[in-house]
Amino acid sequence: MSFEILTYAFMHRAIVSGIAISLMCSLIGLFLVLRKQSLFGDALAHAAFGGIAAGLYLGVYPLWAAFVVSVSSALALTKIKQKFQISSDATVAILLSSGLAMGVILISLAKGFTVDIFSFLFGSILLVSLQNTLLILGLCGAVLVIILLLYRKLVYTTFSEEQAKVSGIPVEKLNYLFVVIAAIAVVISMQLVGILLTSSLIVVPNVTAILFSRGFKQTAILSMSFAVFSAVVGILSSYVLNVAPGGMIVLISIIIFGVSLGMKSLRARNKFTRKTKPIVP
Amino acid sequence: MKLVEIENLTVSYEGVSALDKVTFSVEEKDFLGIIGPNGAGKTTLFSCMLGLITNYNGTIKFFGKDIRKSVQHLKQIGYVPQKPVFEKNFPATVEEVVGMSLNGQDKDKVDASLQKVWLHELGKRRIGDLSGGQQQRVFIAKALVNDPQILILDEPVTGIDSQSMDFFYHILDDLNRKEGITIIWSSHDLDAVAKLATKVACLNRTLAFHGISEEFFHNEDLLKMYSESSMQLHMHKHGD
Repeated sequence: MSFEILTYAFMHRAIVSGIAISLMCSLIGLFLVLRKQSLFGDALAHAAFGGIAAGLYLGVYPLWAAFVVSVSSALALTKIKQKFQISSDATVAILLSSGLAMGVILISLAKGFTVDIFSFLFGSILLVSLQNTLLILGLCGAVLVIILLLYRKLVYTTFSEEQAKVSGIPVEKLNYLFVVIAAIAVVISMQLVGILLTSSLIVVPNVTAILFSRGFKQTAILSMSFAVFSAVVGILSSYVLNVAPGGMIVLISIIIFGVSLGMKSLRARNKFTRKTKPIVP
Repeated sequence: MKLVEIENLTVSYEGVSALDKVTFSVEEKDFLGIIGPNGAGKTTLFSCMLGLITNYNGTIKFFGKDIRKSVQHLKQIGYVPQKPVFEKNFPATVEEVVGMSLNGQDKDKVDASLQKVWLHELGKRRIGDLSGGQQQRVFIAKALVNDPQILILDEPVTGIDSQSMDFFYHILDDLNRKEGITIIWSSHDLDAVAKLATKVACLNRTLAFHGISEEFFHNEDLLKMYSESSMQLHMHKHGD
């Protein structure tokens, strides 16, 4: 692999954006995974798909339309879930299918923006402009700062909502704020891996990190490391192999997960063998 | 000094009464054992006291202040739930769980709390790797980390082996006698209530008795009605 690719400006933008997005997604994803809302990211991405289609149809910048639809869907769904006590998986299914339905209807009405839609479906990080890179950096930075400021409260609420309420934490308000942040993160991350693979960026590094860690902080750091590694190696290898970067990034993270599972089971087997070794007199 | 005053507390779920005009108070340094069958309203009572249920009639005062007007009392309360519900694989160390209720990081406070429940050596372990009894002690440490004046425990030994249970009771006794923490504790274990509690409240939607422990354990009728073996029968009788 030639180092020449590291001299290209578009590669710098892609790697910087990739690192920012993977840091943000892995941190938000940790809370989503532990709240048993792993597919919430997927649902938000599909809602954003409807927003992008609406934006393209109406002639509005598609990412802004995606932000509006994704954030408002997340808030509405959280309200419905709290008021009517509908289970998380059911609300995810509703959001996912309604976003997709809206997108498909608008595409069939417009009959003309399939190329634009494809770049959102599968990501186009190598084509990201300087302006977009700065927007990604700004939004990721803001999201990370908010998460760090609310870190303790979010961890506590994720661990036990009831206990957090008893400690005086305004759990419902915090949940609304969190879904808004998650919706923003999903829309930003669409540029890296696309709508169809966003949820894997949120879930896979965290599930891998949980296999090894004892503490929350340790898990967050490990997950962010896996995510950044997957993004950088994925982007570089996709250029060399001339394949879609989004797919490569997710594939690398899946390979890390597979290797981790293998290491974990090997370690468990060794432990078991040591324990059951007969005592020789 | 009265730390808690409950007057005519009435709660109903969709027209079915859960608590009916319950009135009692808790004095400083009391060790109050609340007994009653399943469905007697013990958890509902605690949920009201902790602000988890707000749709009730009557008044609840902590430190002389109505809890509808202020939630400041929560800072002075440590709460240990019946069975802490959390994901078994939740990646949090014992130290992280105990420190969750703190506003900032304070390792000394966390260490001191773990010391009180004899778990200081397990601080770096993952919470899910501990036994049920050890987990409950972690939740006591967590409840104590903010130096509360009152400790509320909702049937805290459910599903714990007898050895862990004895150790758990020993810790509660120390907290009340040596540290002067007021304890409000619901339990089905009348033997433990007899050993530990200074006062007893008998609850079965209404309050049948509230007074000093000796008085309750010398009252044959009450004792028969609330003894462990008859609690289920008693519940069904009320449920008819």
